[in-house]
Amino acid sequence: MSGVVIIGAGQGGFQAAASLRSEGYSGPVLLIGEEAGLPYQRPPLSKTYLKSGDEGALALRPAAFYETQNITLRTGLRADRIDRARQVVVCGDTEFPYDHLILATGTRNLRPPIPGIEHALDLRTLADAARLRGALDGVQRVGVIGGGFIGLEFAAVARSLGREVTVAEAAPRLMARAVSPAMSERFAAKHREMGTEIILGDGVTAIDAVGFTLSSGRRVNADLILLAAGVRPNTELAWEAGLEVANGILVNDQLLTSDPAISALGDCASFPDHRSHHLIRLESVQAAADHARLIAKRIVHGPSAPYHAVPWFWSDQADWKLQIAGLARPEDSAEILPDGSVIRLKGDIVTAVETVNNAKVHMMARKRMAGATPMTRESFAAPV
Amino acid sequence: MVAITFIQPDGASQTVTATVGDSVMQTALNNNIDGIFAECGGAMMCATCHCYVDDAWTDATGERVDGEEDMLDCAEAEMRPTSRLTCQIKVTDALDGLVVHLPEA
Repeated sequence: MSGVVIIGAGQGGFQAAASLRSEGYSGPVLLIGEEAGLPYQRPPLSKTYLKSGDEGALALRPAAFYETQNITLRTGLRADRIDRARQVVVCGDTEFPYDHLILATGTRNLRPPIPGIEHALDLRTLADAARLRGALDGVQRVGVIGGGFIGLEFAAVARSLGREVTVAEAAPRLMARAVSPAMSERFAAKHREMGTEIILGDGVTAIDAVGFTLSSGRRVNADLILLAAGVRPNTELAWEAGLEVANGILVNDQLLTSDPAISALGDCASFPDHRSHHLIRLESVQAAADHARLIAKRIVHGPSAPYHAVPWFWSDQADWKLQIAGLARPEDSAEILPDGSVIRLKGDIVTAVETVNNAKVHMMARKRMAGATPMTRESFAAPV
Repeated sequence: MVAITFIQPDGASQTVTATVGDSVMQTALNNNIDGIFAECGGAMMCATCHCYVDDAWTDATGERVDGEEDMLDCAEAEMRPTSRLTCQIKVTDALDGLVVHLPEA
């Protein structure tokens, strides 16, 4: 028996390994990760870790966990190729045979071909975050390229440490992919109130050692520049192995790729959304972990109900915790509630609920969205 | 070193050593305690690290933090007066001997 090989030791790959054991899988489990060290949590890298620098708090589990669970962890190792005919993963001179393969390759940062891009730092890995923390120490002016979750979380931390911060976003509003226009505006106002300069609808055309230039010709001076302009799914291994790829490694509602011996999960997987019936790819801990659990169950107990977990997201920016339950399409309408929460609607169906510092409504929405029938405007308003 | 005892709904108990400064959640994960999932990693986003603090220890573990009650209210198992999120209980020397009960899954 060759067992299960998992490529990618992030949150999803780790969860798949752990869930295989908790579901009772007794065969070999091999977890391969390109980064060195124990699998760790990424969300804190742009939040608490930037302030505390406490690496020890990031590990998902201590080394002993992998021993007691009989999970073979091979980190600092890159998978070069998948030989589907022979069911082996090739890493340099070594071949790892599999009965089932799970692709949890995640994403990498998008680095657009802007002149001087080498002057901009990234924030994706622990190594990136450690470098950024160090760089923050000696500088006064911080420039952030990209007004999404990562850019804004970093901006909020840098501002709270007393740095002068400018965020430049090419789109006309902040977090445009994730939230409604009304919520974008609330956050723009919040960051401006903190003293951060927010520039919208102005993309970066050139970067140098002391700042960057925008398409309007405007100049932003900065001693530290963070590039947070989104990510690309790591689909090359799958593509080269002949698997179907469509904005991610294509999987069905059992999270199987076009090869029944290979699953894919998390940020790198493009899967059918049970609610909107569109193919979607989510960049979130929730999707990675829920995908992993379904795959582990399926491997151990056979096919189950189609994947249908409710997506949820969060972002900590200064003292505001943004929480999103569900997933809206760009065309869905928005209704602003008296407390500033926003509900997104497709007809009478609530597709997403965006709240700030309101865990109660967020959790209620998640619970009701997980029910057998879609949450309507009326059932959203019903008392708990 | 601080000892913490986790008691499962069926009465099975496990006493483990905790490190001061960690959360009770982290201690549970480190020791592979059943019933603590800690999906969000301690960001107070998920209520999957719910416990009932033993009556003898509720004073020592202190009050719930801001927002914790709203999360507990939505946890899978019922919220009781002793309910806490283990991610929000920091291990201190004063908690040596702490006993927490895990809810029915």
